[in-house]
Amino acid sequence: MLEGIMLGLSTALSPLNIMLVIGGCLIGTFIGMLPGLGPMSIIAIMIPVAVSIGDPSAALILLAGVYYGAIFGGSTSSILINAPGVASTVATTFDGFPLTQQGKAGKALTVAAISSFTGGTIGAILLMIFAPALVSVALSFHSAEYFALMVVGLSAIAAFAGTGQVGKAVLMTLLGLIMATVGEGALFNAPRFTMGIMDLQSGFGFVTLAMAMFALPEAIYLVLDPRRSATEKGEGEIKDLRITRAEAREIAPVIGRQSIQGFLIGVLPGAGATIASFLGYAVERNIAKGEDQEKFGKGSLKGLAAPESANNAACTGSFVPLLTLGIPGSGTTAILLGALVSLSVTPGPRLMVDEPQIFWAVIISMYIGNVVLLILNLPLIPYIAKVLAVPRTFLIPFILFFTLMGAYIGQNNATELLILVGFGICATILRFADYPLAPLLIGFILGSMLEDNFSRSMQLEGGIGFIFERPMTMALLVFAVILVLLPSYRARRARLRQDGVADGD
Amino acid sequence: MALDRWIALIIMMICLVYGYAAFFTMDASLPPFMQRNPIWPSTFPKILSVLAVLAALSVVLGLEASDGKSDASGIDYRKLGDYKIGQAAALLALMVIYALCLRPAGFLISTTVFLVAGSVILGERRWIMMIVVALIATVGIWALVQSVLGIYLRPWPFFLGV
Repeated sequence: MLEGIMLGLSTALSPLNIMLVIGGCLIGTFIGMLPGLGPMSIIAIMIPVAVSIGDPSAALILLAGVYYGAIFGGSTSSILINAPGVASTVATTFDGFPLTQQGKAGKALTVAAISSFTGGTIGAILLMIFAPALVSVALSFHSAEYFALMVVGLSAIAAFAGTGQVGKAVLMTLLGLIMATVGEGALFNAPRFTMGIMDLQSGFGFVTLAMAMFALPEAIYLVLDPRRSATEKGEGEIKDLRITRAEAREIAPVIGRQSIQGFLIGVLPGAGATIASFLGYAVERNIAKGEDQEKFGKGSLKGLAAPESANNAACTGSFVPLLTLGIPGSGTTAILLGALVSLSVTPGPRLMVDEPQIFWAVIISMYIGNVVLLILNLPLIPYIAKVLAVPRTFLIPFILFFTLMGAYIGQNNATELLILVGFGICATILRFADYPLAPLLIGFILGSMLEDNFSRSMQLEGGIGFIFERPMTMALLVFAVILVLLPSYRARRARLRQDGVADGD
Repeated sequence: MALDRWIALIIMMICLVYGYAAFFTMDASLPPFMQRNPIWPSTFPKILSVLAVLAALSVVLGLEASDGKSDASGIDYRKLGDYKIGQAAALLALMVIYALCLRPAGFLISTTVFLVAGSVILGERRWIMMIVVALIATVGIWALVQSVLGIYLRPWPFFLGV
């Protein structure tokens, strides 16, 4: 492991890579503060830049920096103007914004910065210890198990995607898989479902779909409902940056607990930073006693520290399945996976063996990214917040323009823009009806890999029998079914219990 | 019937068409040597279409009772008239126009017009500021994309020949 750390250090500490991680953090923080551009959209915008660097480890370092910066920036706008630009910072607003209203914005931002830093750092340490262990397990995986593993990833994502809406999430995932079959498959040299349209020969563009599913609906929502952006209010007073010794003692155990819990949740494919932040908030609220518990939601420092450390640790945790198994644990890592594949790096168990410098450089750059972010956040926050004062009449056209550019630059094809707008409208309507959109994109990204592995194992084993002959495959598929069914079973039981029907435990 | 179930119905139709294509049209063009394979190009789409139709059907029929709570930050589509639907539609139309004009009119003109028109639609009336901001952003981004990323964007309209 020590050898790996040294290798990572030497890669990550090259002047170019340090510049990239600093630049990535800066870009991520600035754009992440703008409502409507979460880490997913920012990373999607940055992919062409990253790909043009050419060196996969440098590209991944840049994107990881952008990722952390965006999560950090998102919490800034959540705290200052109650506008969470990212789903994972929604929990931050619960106690962050009340603190701003009480004139403690500076303190809130400091607590957020420190919690995020600690969460990210503890996450990186855990990643270093546990990722190699996961790899040794993963090396025994064949294409049959890979297929099953993808199914687990898909089902977990669908199950976590909404409360009591498993049917919709499953439908969205399947729709994503269907969209992935458009165009030429890897194993068959025949175009499928292109309807004779040349532009669909190579399938739907991945960035186009990402933009249409996330950035565009959010921008349309901002237009539809001006109160969502609320940039007219201006930023809150920023003073009183210091936290007292007593406050530090109060939040330290919270940060410690939530960093570990957040990391573990982040490792599970499908859970991700959003779930981790909500769960962290809920757990800390349950642990807190009496007066402390009352303060939650009214400006509790604990209530701010918990989701912040949890979501940063989870972001680091979500790199474990991405780097070791090739499974994206969240929408953002799904986009990162797409970026990796376009750099012709195949994430998976072989990554650590074949290209250890990429693996370790990313982990080391996480430390550097965290330090850079702390340095950025503490003294620069008063100035950074000024970006939020951009009036929405200027902000929204720019958001739309960047979505268009993101799709155009990748393909250099104007038809792609029409597809983008068309899908964007569909996605907005789907969002009106409470359909989760992340499963669709994750299904789309996993789809071709799922089919390839399925086809490969079918050809190797000469039929569908492989599912029953390989215990590991079977176990994983059963696990996937359980993950899909458990949430609806729980919801059903809760409903029955509400109706006064005894359950048979 | 609520919007989400109508959508599920539409998705089901799409899946049925997709399934029809997978089951009845794809295998005809399969070369004989590939027919000995345990898996055909149409195998995976067939499985998907069946599963998707089933999933859509369960949503259409409302088999899974939803908890009735919708996303707090969401928009209530039943009161769409209360929102700035006109602005949203105009911006979407503007994006389509931009997509159609990007090649013939060149990047610099279309983007400047797009940014200014977008602000105008949203109610901004500080003309000089809008134009200056749009020009700076357009030229800056064009220079960045062209020189740093090395991606060619036609800057001027087609009749200028570049």
